[in-house]
Amino acid sequence: MSDIIVLPSHALLGRTVDFSIHYLKEYELFGHKLYITTTHVSIAIVMLIILIFAVCANIAIRKADPYKKPGKFLNLVELLVETLDGITINGMGKTYGYKYRNYIGSLFIFLFVANLSGLLGLRPPTADYAVTFSLAMISFVIIHYAGFKYQKLGHITDLFKPLLLTPINIIGEIATPLSMSLRLFGNILSGTVLMSLVYGLLPKALTYIVPGFLHAYLDVFSGVIQAYVFTMLTMVFTAQNFDVEE
Amino acid sequence: MNSSISNEAFVLGCSAIGAGLAMIAGIGPGVGQGIAAGQGAAAVGRNPGAKGTIMSTMLLGQAVAETTGLYGFAVAIILLYANPLLKKL
Repeated sequence: MSDIIVLPSHALLGRTVDFSIHYLKEYELFGHKLYITTTHVSIAIVMLIILIFAVCANIAIRKADPYKKPGKFLNLVELLVETLDGITINGMGKTYGYKYRNYIGSLFIFLFVANLSGLLGLRPPTADYAVTFSLAMISFVIIHYAGFKYQKLGHITDLFKPLLLTPINIIGEIATPLSMSLRLFGNILSGTVLMSLVYGLLPKALTYIVPGFLHAYLDVFSGVIQAYVFTMLTMVFTAQNFDVEE
Repeated sequence: MNSSISNEAFVLGCSAIGAGLAMIAGIGPGVGQGIAAGQGAAAVGRNPGAKGTIMSTMLLGQAVAETTGLYGFAVAIILLYANPLLKKL
């Protein structure tokens, strides 16, 4: 799998097309060679953006006067929180939705900013399989935590329900995080590849005009849809384990 | 027959052809997503009140249908840039 992450830059028609992850700094930990890559840098910038927004929101909420109308920024924050809560409760139901809105909300905000970071000229962190796979593994742990919490041992015996289909059930459980992470990775990477091809191969003057439409589709539309889909799939798979019908 | 092509060049060229063939996988998701979008439009036409639910269900189904195409894309990218076949020479 490590071969996918390192993509060498290629020279095409004299212009360079570069969408690879670069090594910036090398260090050793317990005898393994590890690298600080461009993904780390862009993920740090994404984190910084979210952190600044969070600190501003926190200050605005503390200063808020409940007897007055909320200001512009506070309104935006309230809208964001209400939308994310609404999405979670729509997907998971009223009884359990409130417990998972923290994770779902932060996942969506992170994926949203990370997918849109291509607009800032960064290489999106989600175009690195390590990032998407670790996010999918977190979701995997949460899905099965919910399963063991609400169905107790039934979560394991469900795997053997039609006894003949046991291997297929087990493979299906393992394939869940794999397909979730590959979906996000593939979508964002295809956007990155296409954008770098356009920037690399078009004549220099045209690169100020043409990529605008492509950015709108590949970065904004596709990125937002994929962030929504990833959180939605996490919610659907988690909600399968709740034992309550409303 | 005097063939002056080196083994590496042959493997690289065949990898490029394989990458192109792998992207034929894009046909399936395209058709599937189109069918899903058409059914979604029909459903909205029949029941405009449920537009939000129909939209989210349609997007979820389309994203799942897209996965097979992305597997093909992953295979193509690996063939082009990770060159797993060169290591077997």
